[in-house]
Amino acid sequence: MAKTHATSKIRPHHLQQQRLSPFARLLQLMFGDWLSILLTLVSIGIVIALIPAFQWAVLDAHWQVASPAECREGGACWAFISAKLQFILFGLYPPEEQWRAMIVIGLILVLVLATLSPRMWGGRLLVLWALGIGAMLVLMNGGILGLAYVPTSKWGGLPVTLLLAVLSLGLAFPFAIVLALGRRGSLPVIRNVSIFIIEIVRGLPLVGLLFVAAILLPLFLPPDWTIDKLGRTLAALTVFAAAYLAEVIRGGLQGLPSGQIEASQALGIPYWKMVWHIVLPQAIQKVIPPLTNTAIVMVKNTALVLIVGVFDMLSAARSAATDPAWPGPSTEAYLFVAGIYFVICYGIAAYSRHLEAGINARNHS
Amino acid sequence: MLQSLWYSDRFRSWIMQIALLGALLGLLYWIAGNTITNLAERGIRTGFDFLAHPARFPISESVVHYTPSDSFLWAFVVGVANTLWLSVITLVLATAGGLFLALAQLAKHPLLSRLAVGYVTLFRNIPLIVQLLFFYGLATSVFPAPRDAFEPLPGVFLSLRGVYAPGLVMGAGGGWVIAASIVLLLVTIWLGNRRFRDVSLVRRIPSFVGIWLVGTVIIGWLADVPLHLESPVLHGLNFRGGMYLSPEFAAIVVGLALYTTAFTGEIIRGGIEAVGKGQWEGGRALGLWDRQIMFRIILPQALRIIVPPMTSQYLSTVKNTTLAVAVGYPELGLVVNTVINQTGQALESIMVMLGVFLTVSLTVSLFMNWFNARIALVER
Repeated sequence: MAKTHATSKIRPHHLQQQRLSPFARLLQLMFGDWLSILLTLVSIGIVIALIPAFQWAVLDAHWQVASPAECREGGACWAFISAKLQFILFGLYPPEEQWRAMIVIGLILVLVLATLSPRMWGGRLLVLWALGIGAMLVLMNGGILGLAYVPTSKWGGLPVTLLLAVLSLGLAFPFAIVLALGRRGSLPVIRNVSIFIIEIVRGLPLVGLLFVAAILLPLFLPPDWTIDKLGRTLAALTVFAAAYLAEVIRGGLQGLPSGQIEASQALGIPYWKMVWHIVLPQAIQKVIPPLTNTAIVMVKNTALVLIVGVFDMLSAARSAATDPAWPGPSTEAYLFVAGIYFVICYGIAAYSRHLEAGINARNHS
Repeated sequence: MLQSLWYSDRFRSWIMQIALLGALLGLLYWIAGNTITNLAERGIRTGFDFLAHPARFPISESVVHYTPSDSFLWAFVVGVANTLWLSVITLVLATAGGLFLALAQLAKHPLLSRLAVGYVTLFRNIPLIVQLLFFYGLATSVFPAPRDAFEPLPGVFLSLRGVYAPGLVMGAGGGWVIAASIVLLLVTIWLGNRRFRDVSLVRRIPSFVGIWLVGTVIIGWLADVPLHLESPVLHGLNFRGGMYLSPEFAAIVVGLALYTTAFTGEIIRGGIEAVGKGQWEGGRALGLWDRQIMFRIILPQALRIIVPPMTSQYLSTVKNTTLAVAVGYPELGLVVNTVINQTGQALESIMVMLGVFLTVSLTVSLFMNWFNARIALVER
């Protein structure tokens, strides 16, 4: 406990600091009192502890090797990544058809960028997505327009990861809106059914849902209905995303002033027109930050499909790392995959922050 | 008459709801019918009587005793125990780490706050399963054999076989001391809650823990049970003694705790920042130090904002333990998977798993709601 007099504590000492030069202020922050010195030492300790990792990853790393055996000594073996890049990114997709997978990745990128721009929001964006997804599935699957047929068992790598994320979110969105409206609505049966579905799905781990989809779904359907592994996984991801999106949208519905609904009822606007033209546009605009969060969560969740044996980018990297020709490169493989996920997720997050800052600036000017 | 009924809103909404309910029941009936046909066609047995049969598969590690001759039911119990053990350890680590991380992010110290922000950005944007596989890869490929294990801290050894650390060892009669310690904890909580009603719950908990720990040591000393720290010692090809963590367990605890810490840190930081600036100014005007303001004024108020999002974070962490399947730690998910492979009774096994997680989710929700109600602002 400090022993100084009360008057000396009341003195607004933090005001005096503003006159210091930036460098002097930095010095004061880092070495001003005992705690600051301690924190400086701790931080420097952390930085020093990271040096061996940096040395391994950059200084001692093998960027190009003549034979895999050279990687046995020293640092990271990035040459392994360049040797296996095609496999990690596209899996077992036939090499001569990989341009198609490349176009799919490009399409998804273009669509995501278009979606992020507020000028594009509206009905035509939905049409754009529907057309885009149709084109992607045709490109991946082939069989028409002179494209060779590629079964889903040959799909793999980054296109599968991105398609699972985009399709699960896209398919879940309409369900989520219905569930959220149902939960907020006044009809008791519909409300309770919505609450039941949302809470059950949110109470379960995604791994459990993936098990249900992979093992139980074939049992639930008539014997002559077959859904391949990719489709079953997509179903589980969609159900999962729908429950979480519904809660986000519900937040937006709750934030909507009730006067909006009362006014449209007074004008005699039918329920579905009111929902489509008045309620949803305002509610969804309110929850764009949590929606982008959910999108990031779903991108990360696609990595879980590895558990039920779908060949996404992570599975491809894992099986690439088991190649006996290379000496134990699992660390490099996972770091590379982590890097790709980081770029995607951080990119979405950064763009959404930028968007939010723009909206805030407009609202306050 | 009929026409007025047709135009009545209530009548139409009830017709619609009954139709929906009927459709749902029909769907369920259809699924059940398909399932029965499919099960019969594939010759899969149904029912829960397999739970009593011996499991006949090994479980690599468990917090409760298990042998392959135990029943399937006991194998599930072992899985649940492992899941809970993993969850508790991870949550304790991630909560403490999150508090530290939040304070580091808010610190005016330029280097430390940047390191903390960098940590959050990095760990939040990489899927947990990638991190788990990465740490497991490290634990099983990069670490050396036990003979030349890393020793980052004295007595702590990292090797291919796992992590060895000094552990508490109790002599004969340890069970009685543990039992007495649990009784002591319950008595402390009961008496303490009755005696110190007016002290806030937040301030009561540390004193309870303190009394309990000191009391346990005294009981151990009185009962003359030798209690000492035992360090692992290299013996031949492996270590003996001390505490042992398998590479699977170590990888998943480290991975889950680091990942969850990034989220708990953000929740705690958000809570602290949400407390009004006037509270800081008021504290300064009263002549309190920044640290006093933080721990006595800001944190207790921030707790009210923190509890609801923290609850959902705790729940998602418990659910995230199922990712241990990917590295082979035998928590409930892996046990269920093994049982399905052994018996083919997928329906029953997955029902067990879902039932357990729903129970845990509901229990944690209820507990956190109770806790939330206790610390919430009392308004007239």
